[in-house]
Amino acid sequence: METQHRQGVLSGLRAGWPGRADRGDQEAGWAHGWRLWGPCLALLALCAGFGVAEPGFLTWANLRVIADSSAVPMILAVGLTFVVLQGSLDLSIEGVMALCSLTIAMLVLNSRTSLDFGASALVLAVLPGLCMGMLNGVVLTRLAVPSFMVTLGAWSVALGLAMLLSGGQPPIMKDEALRAFGQGRTASVPNLAIVAAAVVALGHVLQHHTRFGRYSMAIGGGEHLARQSGLPVDRYKVLAFALCGLLAGLAGTLESTRIGLGHVDIGAGQLLSTITAVVVGGTSLAGGRGGVLQSAVGALLLNVLANGMVFIGVVPEAQLVVEGGIVLAASLLASWQLRGRMREVR
Amino acid sequence: MNTPVLRVERLGKSFNGVRALDGVSIDVGPHEVVGVLGENGAGKSTLLKVLAGLCRPDAGEITVRGRTVRFGGPRDAAAAGISMVFQEQSLIPNLNVAENIMLGHEDAALRGGFYDWRKLHALSAVQLGKLDARIAPSALTETLSFAERQMVELAKALAIEERTPHEPLILLDEPTSMLDDEQARVVLPAIERLRSRASMILVSHRLDEVLRVCDRVYVLAGGRCVGQRHRGACTKTELQTMMLLQHPDVRGSPALPARSDASAVVLQVRELSRADRYRGVSFEVRAGEVLGIAGAAGSGRESLCRALFGAEVPDSGEMVLDGRRVRWSEPADAVRHGIGYVPAERSTEGLVAGMSVAENMTLAHLGELQRGPFIALGPEKALARRWMARLAIQPCTGETQAQWLSGGNQQKLVLAKWLIGRKLKVLILDHPWRGLDVAAKAEAVDMIREFARAGIAMVLITDSIDDLIASSDSLIVMKNGMVSGVFKGGPAKPPELRILECML
Repeated sequence: METQHRQGVLSGLRAGWPGRADRGDQEAGWAHGWRLWGPCLALLALCAGFGVAEPGFLTWANLRVIADSSAVPMILAVGLTFVVLQGSLDLSIEGVMALCSLTIAMLVLNSRTSLDFGASALVLAVLPGLCMGMLNGVVLTRLAVPSFMVTLGAWSVALGLAMLLSGGQPPIMKDEALRAFGQGRTASVPNLAIVAAAVVALGHVLQHHTRFGRYSMAIGGGEHLARQSGLPVDRYKVLAFALCGLLAGLAGTLESTRIGLGHVDIGAGQLLSTITAVVVGGTSLAGGRGGVLQSAVGALLLNVLANGMVFIGVVPEAQLVVEGGIVLAASLLASWQLRGRMREVR
Repeated sequence: MNTPVLRVERLGKSFNGVRALDGVSIDVGPHEVVGVLGENGAGKSTLLKVLAGLCRPDAGEITVRGRTVRFGGPRDAAAAGISMVFQEQSLIPNLNVAENIMLGHEDAALRGGFYDWRKLHALSAVQLGKLDARIAPSALTETLSFAERQMVELAKALAIEERTPHEPLILLDEPTSMLDDEQARVVLPAIERLRSRASMILVSHRLDEVLRVCDRVYVLAGGRCVGQRHRGACTKTELQTMMLLQHPDVRGSPALPARSDASAVVLQVRELSRADRYRGVSFEVRAGEVLGIAGAAGSGRESLCRALFGAEVPDSGEMVLDGRRVRWSEPADAVRHGIGYVPAERSTEGLVAGMSVAENMTLAHLGELQRGPFIALGPEKALARRWMARLAIQPCTGETQAQWLSGGNQQKLVLAKWLIGRKLKVLILDHPWRGLDVAAKAEAVDMIREFARAGIAMVLITDSIDDLIASSDSLIVMKNGMVSGVFKGGPAKPPELRILECML
């Protein structure tokens, strides 16, 4: 009798477990779904709203403008996403962009140097970005200092180097092929937008199907737990900063091919808008939540907003206010979900 | 006897001048389950951490299968076939179950550098299958219950089997301390089942469990190994005596004196409900009374306690404190009105790591120490020192950071935090004895009695029904979110069986 009773209890418990997991799954699925689809819905709603208010908004010509202006922010956002997923921050983006912008301008046929590497300069010019990123990662893991301090320093260093290269006179790029690439289209889609889409796709695969991506999630989810499990946390941190530097470099290079100059101010304002895009997309600054696609949507959303507001005639000052409001709303939404979770998770 | 899988000789380790291990020697044979017993601070956890490669010993030698090893990190230990199940779980919440089980060892599920998710899920399902655990590998870890996470933790430790040519050695640091009795009854057979595959070292506070599962038992005290017994060649009392050489008088704590019904009702709960958690719960607690709430996992009692403390807002019903209707929107409201809460997960919910013992103690009562806009540091220090002496918190310096204290001392600190409050009316104790050894538990029981004598009303939740009966004046039993039984205080204690009937 006694054993029968016990066994009854056991099977009851076991039967109870999956049920509870299922309920949790649903809740998590819902929160996860909202985090994922919320920004997408907001993006669609914005497009629809602007389209109704101003029919000129939803024309091919304007969508092309949006695609073109979103390309560089999207590339930056993908790079930053991995750093943020790990719970760190990279503030050196603007400096790295400037450094790589000057590098490409002086490696191709230009008004300053006698070098002419042609298209291969595109590859060479992102190397300083890669190096700055790796340096960031190595310094902050070795010295165990917060990432924002190290990368703040790196920002100045890179910007200073760019200024030295520039010498007050921005070099003008005279490589026609590159200029044509930067401003041109393929099948009526801006070339830079195609590069950005490829970067987003690659980033997405990196995040979901490679160790680098999954370990970045793990590091953001619990760095000491990841270390306890024997993961080489430092190595993956260096990798994330290297990727972020590389993509910031790529962004600076591409932007240069578009404007035809190597300019120290090429990244001005990009840092804040990239962080905004990442957060608005639903990637938590605390790490461990979000992803590449979300950040890309965030970047797109900000650009649609900026473009649409010009269309419906909002003054630039008011545009800033709206953008700020969106950031606040996004962080509120993100933390609202967390608030619910904190109370449930025990 | 065969050559031992693990031999540890004269292991020594100090932290900040405190000797945690002082020449400990143990060995573990193939397929042997070895228990390690000891009070809090006896060095059990440190021993396991050294063996898992998480910290380096200052002295001594570790030999694994005849070869002397020196672990630089957890990876080295894993390479030698040693894996550990942590007391405070080591699963990463935002990864899924399969990723956690295979974390750091995904090679078999990688194809050209890319994850083959189906393979990863299949591989982890094999590990879960060894434990008969019905948990989906694709489930997000943070959505699992504590017991489920513990099964995943075991599966993770087991996965090492696939990676070493030898049989693994699994270190279990109190695998059941956070589970209630019923859940432990599911996890323990899983441990038994592992015996045919692995050797194990089991650290646990539950003597019954150790005597049931382990072949041999080592007893640690003060960082030294004070004894070794074979199962069958020792009794519970003998082991307890060995652990408690310094405290021979803590056994057989007398039951609390029954309260008279004459004292005033402090807290009254009427028809409290929260969707999917509990429905129509009513009870009252009198001054100096300890009300125990019994219930199995899913009974809603934890959630109810959180509502009492303002950490969750109930959907309907009311709470009456000292005759006045109250409603908390956050814990701070409840604290202001004299309600205290001792959380089960004291290291995460009850203490602020990085702050000193003294700062933690006075944290909730800074208003009383305030002189103008400043905190009076002198009185703060004096207050902390007084309470540390009174509760015998070790080490007795207020400057030590709270996270360095042992489990028992942390619990005392959390209790002290509330004792300091002059206005405390109701104290909610959520599994106050979890992870405490016999002596620390006895001290905690004494403290609770002191609270009761001071006229504080208490609501108590604990894993063991025996403890609940012994420490409570009256009891309510919850089942599926409803009150299924009420046992009023009186000279006769309610029988365990009747309470169980109400629970199940």
